[in-house]
Amino acid sequence: MAIVEARDLKKYFGKVRAVDGVDLFVQDGEFLVLLGPSGSGKTTLMRMIAGLEQPTAGEILIGSQVVNNLPPRVRKIAMVFQSYALYPHKTAFDNIAFPLRAQGLGLKVIYEKVNWAANLLGIAHLLRRKPRELSGGERQRVALARAIVREPSVFLLDEPLSNLDAKLRHAARDELKRFQRSIGTTTIYVTHDQIEAMGLGDRIAIMNEGKVRQIGTPYEIYHEPADTFVATFVGTPPMNLIARAERLIGFRPESFLPKEIYNAHEDLVSFSFHVRRVEHLGSDRLLYGSLTGKEESPVIAKLPLTVSIPIQEGGNYEFAVRQRDLKFFSPQTSQRTEEES
Amino acid sequence: MPTARVLRWLRSRFPLYVLIFLFVAFAAFPFYWMTITTFKQDEDLFHVATDSKYNPYRFNLPPTLSHLKQLIFETPYFTFLRNTLFVGLLVVAITLLISVPAGYSLARLLGRWGEQLGIGIFLTYLVPPTLLFIPLARLIALLGLSDTLWSLVLIYPTFTIPFCTWLLMGFFKSIPKDIEEQAMVDGHSRLGAILKTVLPLSLPGLLTVVIFSLTLVMQEFVYALTFINAVGKMTLSLGVPIALVHDVYRWGPLMAAVLISSIPVAILYNLFLDRFIAGFTGGAVKG
Amino acid sequence: MEAAREIPRARYRYLLDRERLLGPLLISPAIGYILLLIGLPLLLAIYLSFTNAISGQLSAQFVGLKNFQTILADPLFFQALKNTFIFTSISMLIVLILAKVLALTLLKSFPGRPIVRFLILLPWVAPISLTTLSWDWVLGASNATLSTINWTLRAVGILGPQDWIWWTSYTTPAMAAIILIQVWRLLPFATIILLAGLTSIPQDIQDAATVDGAGFWRRLFEIILPLMLPIVAVAVLFGIIFTATDMTVVYILTRGGPYNSTHVLASLAWQRGIFGGQLGQGAAIAIFLFPLLLIVAFFMLRLARRTEVA
Repeated sequence: MAIVEARDLKKYFGKVRAVDGVDLFVQDGEFLVLLGPSGSGKTTLMRMIAGLEQPTAGEILIGSQVVNNLPPRVRKIAMVFQSYALYPHKTAFDNIAFPLRAQGLGLKVIYEKVNWAANLLGIAHLLRRKPRELSGGERQRVALARAIVREPSVFLLDEPLSNLDAKLRHAARDELKRFQRSIGTTTIYVTHDQIEAMGLGDRIAIMNEGKVRQIGTPYEIYHEPADTFVATFVGTPPMNLIARAERLIGFRPESFLPKEIYNAHEDLVSFSFHVRRVEHLGSDRLLYGSLTGKEESPVIAKLPLTVSIPIQEGGNYEFAVRQRDLKFFSPQTSQRTEEES
Repeated sequence: MPTARVLRWLRSRFPLYVLIFLFVAFAAFPFYWMTITTFKQDEDLFHVATDSKYNPYRFNLPPTLSHLKQLIFETPYFTFLRNTLFVGLLVVAITLLISVPAGYSLARLLGRWGEQLGIGIFLTYLVPPTLLFIPLARLIALLGLSDTLWSLVLIYPTFTIPFCTWLLMGFFKSIPKDIEEQAMVDGHSRLGAILKTVLPLSLPGLLTVVIFSLTLVMQEFVYALTFINAVGKMTLSLGVPIALVHDVYRWGPLMAAVLISSIPVAILYNLFLDRFIAGFTGGAVKG
Repeated sequence: MEAAREIPRARYRYLLDRERLLGPLLISPAIGYILLLIGLPLLLAIYLSFTNAISGQLSAQFVGLKNFQTILADPLFFQALKNTFIFTSISMLIVLILAKVLALTLLKSFPGRPIVRFLILLPWVAPISLTTLSWDWVLGASNATLSTINWTLRAVGILGPQDWIWWTSYTTPAMAAIILIQVWRLLPFATIILLAGLTSIPQDIQDAATVDGAGFWRRLFEIILPLMLPIVAVAVLFGIIFTATDMTVVYILTRGGPYNSTHVLASLAWQRGIFGGQLGQGAAIAIFLFPLLLIVAFFMLRLARRTEVA
């Protein structure tokens, strides 16, 4: 168990600022997700924590010790790669035993620990197989078993679910979360999939262009985005942003509903909405269109199945947002600004 | 109508087979000829001179093993073979010791720089012995290695190292980086990760390098001709055409020597052909 | 905690974790070998060509351009230069045409293809000094009365009963024989490389061209040939190096004879420099191969760069 900390961490590849001054504090036992689009620096940040990249500047601390100059092997970390990086020439057993052998443990201890890890992940019956004889889900478990077997103080997981098919991914996500809770190891998880991030993280760090834009619980990230990037990156469809009176006003598509479904006493801001196209997605209806007024701004509304008001393409409707669901951003800095006074 | 079908098949395939036959005949004829020569009696071999009715393409007298016996018992063939193996094995060892780290370094450690350097090293493979044998003769004399097998052991790696480094670079690049990084996270140093994961995974590549070096050594002629004078120090490719040839050519044993020296090399090379081709064509195929 | 305890014990090993250090360290033996035994000799070759060095004697005087004056005044040198050019260009031309045909033939699958491939490859993989010897025997170079080729030509009626081709006793047949062996030896190599090029053209691209309405010839000239160009270039460049710098065939088949008429630069350099002991002159002759090498290296580099961009 350990606290992981990054202090003004930078990594430049030539002129490219992959990681550009990141401060991060991961609590003991916490599950922190690094979420960002590709090229945002999240993987580079994780690789620096692992010791696979040398920082250009700044410090990395694991268990309150600066580890900048320590090679990966002594950092007491375990990592699961996107590809799982199973050793193709070794059986599942030998894969899991690999870190233990590197420590020079005795045969008996190795045997016990491998079996403990294999039982924990339910792969005891697969130990004699080679990676190519395993399915995607089984490979992932072998990789996880190899990660936990040396009882690391930190887990680093680099998009470990992205190679699984969609069905398996749900189950694996749930399993991973339960598993992490039960062993309580500090975990840093890199992904570009916001659903995964929301579902797994105790906290999420949103990264873009080498910087951490916001760190918070999934609830905070979604409902109180710190800037327009976070607001539009998280949530599908993204938050609507419209320019009004020297400010950017943001509201989520699902808070943008026909006026008649609200209670009369609610504090509403209404808009005239021209609907251009309707998509029926089963559980939701997505309405694409624009607000009519001084400036035309494209917006999207997401109506749940429970709202059965008929909407025609090409029609104009009276839509509204609750006052408290409106977020305000400065168009200059794209940061959140004070609420309407 | 089966006959019509056969005819149609023949008509569509016939030119192809004729072409293939002609090419095979052209390529393999000397080998056929050395084989039949090896096992023909001398009388059968030399009859062709006088009689155009006397078909030299078949055994007119019963085949014999006497030429093989002569080769083995009356010529220094085994000395040549021993010398070749001695040089070959040492060259393979030197090549591996130098090319494996170099190939790895180019593939993984030197980044963008490695690419350029790799091409540079590969280009030195193009420098022919012809340009080098004169200064190297000088160098070998200076080192006091003239007329020793050590001169070949020292010089042959100059052409095995560039090509094998290039081959291995490609091989190492094809091994996912994740795997050795995983090994490093799992508790090994970079060197440990190479030994535990990269080398076992590139076993086919290492084997290719071994075979390639060995066949190159067995094929080399110019350096051997330049550095070696004593018959007892000759390798196969030098000794057979130089020291076994006398005023009167004893074609039977000579062809026996050519045959049993070439065929093993050919078979070995053929097994690893695809990898050599990948090396020769470099990036051009993928391009 | 445990990490902290490990630091002092294993610090020296951290040096090997540093890629900046490990990279150059691992490559340096190879670079050293190449610089010492290819780079240095190359410079030494240039230096020797300006001296009167002879073998068996380690001292040598700088003589300026004297060696070059000597060889440039020597008709034999120009003969060798011309021969090198003739052997290389003619055999490369024949090889390219035959290799293209053979590669297209081998592209189709047919029973016995692996054996055919093995047989066709034999000339390339067997040691050339040995196979040249077997050509000597096939041609009857050392004794025309034992020549199978002559016997066969007579059997099919091309040669009369009293006609003999003395393959290496006259310049023209000797040169033809050398070209024949060079073609024979390079054909498999060129074929296999072209075959690799042919099979590497994605079927998608060909299909797309067919769908776009391109016939066989249009596909050949606008799709297949341009895409194969880098590969053909590789085959040609290697072929040039192998043929132009080879002395084995000439040395074993003719020793440059008859009357030094089949010498190439390489064999002449050997004759003068090693056999005759005139290291300086030999080096001066060999130096003339250097521009060729530079040209080939230049095109190789361009090729490498182009494929990198793509």
